Amino acid sequence: MTAARLNPALALLLVVAALGAVMFGPDGAAPRLVVDAIGGSDRAAAIILLDIRLPRVLAAAIVGGALGLCGAALQALTRNPLAEPGILGVSAAATLGATLTLYFGIAAALPWVLPIGAIVGALLATSLLAVAAMRTQGMATLILVGVGLSSLSGALMALILNFAPNPFSLSDLINWTLGSVANRSLGDLVFTAPLVLAGCVILLGQRAHLSLLAIGETAAIAHGLDARRTRIAVIAGTGIATGAAVALAGAVGFVGIVAPHLVRPWAGHDPGRTLLPSATLGALLLVLADLLVRLLPTDTELRLGVVAALAGAPVFTMIALRRGRGAHV
Amino acid sequence: MSDALHIKNLTVRAGAKTLLDDVTATIEPGRITAIVGPNGAGKSTLIRALAGVAPFAGTLALGATPLAHLSPTERARRIAYLPQHHDLAWNIKVRDMVALGRFAYGAEPGKLGATDRAAVERAMEAACCAALADRGVADLSGGEQALACLARVLAADTPVLLADEPAAALDPANQYRAMECLAEKSAHGCTVLVVLHDLTLVAQFSHSVLWLQGGRLVAHERADCESLAHHIPTLFGRTPSFATDGSEALFFVRDPNES
Repeated sequence: MTAARLNPALALLLVVAALGAVMFGPDGAAPRLVVDAIGGSDRAAAIILLDIRLPRVLAAAIVGGALGLCGAALQALTRNPLAEPGILGVSAAATLGATLTLYFGIAAALPWVLPIGAIVGALLATSLLAVAAMRTQGMATLILVGVGLSSLSGALMALILNFAPNPFSLSDLINWTLGSVANRSLGDLVFTAPLVLAGCVILLGQRAHLSLLAIGETAAIAHGLDARRTRIAVIAGTGIATGAAVALAGAVGFVGIVAPHLVRPWAGHDPGRTLLPSATLGALLLVLADLLVRLLPTDTELRLGVVAALAGAPVFTMIALRRGRGAHV
Repeated sequence: MSDALHIKNLTVRAGAKTLLDDVTATIEPGRITAIVGPNGAGKSTLIRALAGVAPFAGTLALGATPLAHLSPTERARRIAYLPQHHDLAWNIKVRDMVALGRFAYGAEPGKLGATDRAAVERAMEAACCAALADRGVADLSGGEQALACLARVLAADTPVLLADEPAAALDPANQYRAMECLAEKSAHGCTVLVVLHDLTLVAQFSHSVLWLQGGRLVAHERADCESLAHHIPTLFGRTPSFATDGSEALFFVRDPNES
């Protein structure tokens, strides 16, 4: 498959997967539900399809797309295939920002504050990482800064959980950190999707600049790159998109590392051309992962973030080992 | 013909250390000007300041236009810079890497217009790396990478070309090929400024030499054998000898204490 055919092929797969995810679920499979819902003969069927499954599938696609794109953009900016919002602590900082608004009860009174909290957390983390990336050539150092950031956010999260006012609040906060798109409504999407879209548009606008960074920042500047502006745009785009994605689904890791890694050979290893297919594949992966957690016959539904981590962690380890052997991945 | 490159009172500092101290020179177009000096003399610092990738004090101008007044892309359309080290992060194809040289013209890999595509193909032919076009840069040898990076700089099609040790990683044949590329550029009126350690290449290809030592400009003279013979003992502490057939010279240096 050529790079030119990659985007349409992934888009087609995403549409097919999304339709399948809407059609199939533990409550029954189409076409019966679809016929009943469209015919209006079964109000329950309409609720299952349009109010439960459809928002959930859309949320998985939006979150997966945002995280896939943010991962590809961060990797291009830091020139490191191990960079990803989850690994570098951006998702953890966003989760911390969101849970702070939950803990203090602000989100209950003003729902729009929650995504703002998540975005502020993500922006702070991304800015810190960008400064670290500027000051060190060693990518191991950058990853360690990310690990430190993630640990700090985790510690502060633990502190919040420690002081949770009651068991119900504690349960809410823990569920938030596991990552899920269950019980999301179209109203939740209307609130967060535009923010995700805004972040994605900013990142896709940096496509050519991120390609140029492949030759090193010094050479890129000599060829006309405004490095400062590019860095700010990627920080802003990643912060907004990751923050809004976390606001919608909580912490979901590893999509941002797996999706770019899989599409990179098909995109000619060009960081700019990796962005869009990473977004589409990230969306596809999370839609399929969410379908899996819905269909698995478990007493308690597995959380999407747990499944993503179980699948993504081995891939992360494999890439790290290959990098250690000096391979370009 | 390109405009002359004017360097006036150029000073570059890194913390308390002065890397380049009050350098003033004019680099004429249509010529190759070599920068020669011992390690730590400030050769790369000079070329980095001219390329806009190192902060400096003083005035740099192309003709009557101060470089500080140009936007990053305006500057990149006038001045191309080949760094000493090739810091390639991804295994992108050589053709795509060379196409990055067209960034300042709004081009990007995979979306090249006819003019950009022609410039890329022409540059790869000139740098003898057209046969490598579909290979990943990480799969190339150091010398092949150096040729591909030279092609990227040539693809920028600028009136000024700065190159920091372009022949360092190359075999003798490719060293000459790289220098011939720069000679062709200067023959077409470009201003070419190049850091060189190989004195034979200096003698054979450059028209003038900026002699640097300890961050100061020692001299800016014609690149003839007499000038080289005069400055090499002072700058390198070695005695030069050269063999010439009248048109080309081979340079050797030896320890002055050798018998």
